Amino acid sequence: MFRRGWFLPIAAALGFSFLYAPIVSLVVFSFNESRLVTVWSGFSTKWYGELFRDPQMLGAAWLSLQIAALAATIALVLGTLAAVALVRFRRFRGRTLFAGMVSAPLVMPDVITGLSLLLLFVAMESMLGWPQGRGMLTIVIAHATFCTAYVCVVVQSRLSDFDRSLEEAAMDLGASPLRTFFDITLPIIAPALVSGWLLGFTLSLDDLVIASFVSGPGSSTLPMVIFSKIRLGVSPDVNALATIIIGLVALGVLAATILQLRSRPGKARG
Amino acid sequence: MTATHDPTIPPPRRLKPWNAVERGLARVGISGRVLVLIAPVAWLLVFFLIPLAVVFGISLATKQFGRPPYSPLLTTEEGTVQLTLHLNNYIRLFTDNLYVAAYLSSIRIAFIATVITLLIGYPMAYAIARAPEQWRNVLLMLVILPFWTSFLLRVYALTGFMRGNGVINQFLGLFGIEPLVMMQTDFAVYVGIVYTYLPFMILPLYTTLVKLDESLLEASADLGARPLRTFLSVTLPLSLPGIVAGSMLVFIPAIGEFVIPSLLGGPETLMIGRVLWDEFFTATNWPRAAAVAVAMLVVVVVPIMLLQRAQSAVVEK
Repeated sequence: MFRRGWFLPIAAALGFSFLYAPIVSLVVFSFNESRLVTVWSGFSTKWYGELFRDPQMLGAAWLSLQIAALAATIALVLGTLAAVALVRFRRFRGRTLFAGMVSAPLVMPDVITGLSLLLLFVAMESMLGWPQGRGMLTIVIAHATFCTAYVCVVVQSRLSDFDRSLEEAAMDLGASPLRTFFDITLPIIAPALVSGWLLGFTLSLDDLVIASFVSGPGSSTLPMVIFSKIRLGVSPDVNALATIIIGLVALGVLAATILQLRSRPGKARG
Repeated sequence: MTATHDPTIPPPRRLKPWNAVERGLARVGISGRVLVLIAPVAWLLVFFLIPLAVVFGISLATKQFGRPPYSPLLTTEEGTVQLTLHLNNYIRLFTDNLYVAAYLSSIRIAFIATVITLLIGYPMAYAIARAPEQWRNVLLMLVILPFWTSFLLRVYALTGFMRGNGVINQFLGLFGIEPLVMMQTDFAVYVGIVYTYLPFMILPLYTTLVKLDESLLEASADLGARPLRTFLSVTLPLSLPGIVAGSMLVFIPAIGEFVIPSLLGGPETLMIGRVLWDEFFTATNWPRAAAVAVAMLVVVVVPIMLLQRAQSAVVEK
């Protein structure tokens, strides 16, 4: 039934069409003339023009991009340090608690993360006077916190399967631990750092729930604007935006795959 | 690393800033370990652990008008510090049917959706693991690719697919089938969860299935087991860590899901993430929302522990 049968290929084909059919229809209807997103009435790119003339959309997109870049960068530093600690320091006091704190945000429901950070910011403001109000800064902090967990997972897996003898060789030749880290370890884990940063960037760009809790007046991120739009019903400019995002992601993933295949030609034969 | 060294010529001297930096730090008593640990530990304490404690604290306050909109736990009156704890939020949680029903309904919806995701994801993961090696990475990439595009926009894509005059109903209309009502039902919520969380199910399943030793399957077949029997008594038990890890990765976030029920579900689709959201944004009852969050944490703690055990089993094998 399962090996060399017809069942598995058909199941996989159905599964993949389930994953992709809605996306394909979303892209197709972004080029639709009519405002009705589901009735085809002729090819048009007018919704793209509409999108680029919408100041609210553009402002929110720019804010989201800045937040994502900042949050991903903070998360990259914190997540890498956390991964080094978890992989290299076998035993230290509070290791279990630390490991738990690092990985828990991965599965923590967004509403809890958002609410808890908001309550923290409010309590801090009334006790310490910081942060003053809520906005971009508080969103960056919130996003950096959950992105750290993702960066840590990615870097951890890379750190734990590379050849440590290279580091030992550098140390034997007299390099200090810090120098060894920057000259040997960092170049080796660089691909994981790139994918960790990109993952953090995308996740931050995508977050609606946490940002809604910790944002303030006047700082609506792109997902918040999209959500308020599609809550009211369909809108073709959201289709156009989605098509642009999907196109960029597809290009990025394609480029990453090609780079990876080129840099490790013999990997498939292992 | 790639440079070749001629042993007779010494390599060019380079500045060694690291030694100086390290010596300087060691002088003030900071070792390498402390240096690595201090930033992530401090950040996660302040922005992850303490917030959870704050939530618990505020869940014991009560709503009041003003800023912040909850009563203080500690008050000083005539030189004495007074601690006031309100349990009314928790009492309300257990006595008001809305909350109990929302928790039960969240667990039910998340559970059913997880089972459906497993039933769809398992054959896909198995097909990818058994595919020719040069195909595997492409197929895996196809699974991960939607994950990189926006979650919100994928949910939106589903609304265009399932609405009254959406793609599915237009397709059915070609065969003269009456349009189905799919949007704003629990069915749409199941589809939404399965659709968006499918990659989380497939990846850990794939990781366990690809490591499965094929000779075990051959041995089972040689001993006369039919394929179904082999699957049930060899493949399935060996992939159990993947099943648990994948299921928990779907089940836990699905319980607290807000976007899917509010965009795809109907007004009667009761989920706890939505209740918390309304409590906070519509009713602006922060202490009640905090109590809802604490109760939600209690519900997901056991699944999180299950997940951590399963994940270490997936990685170690």
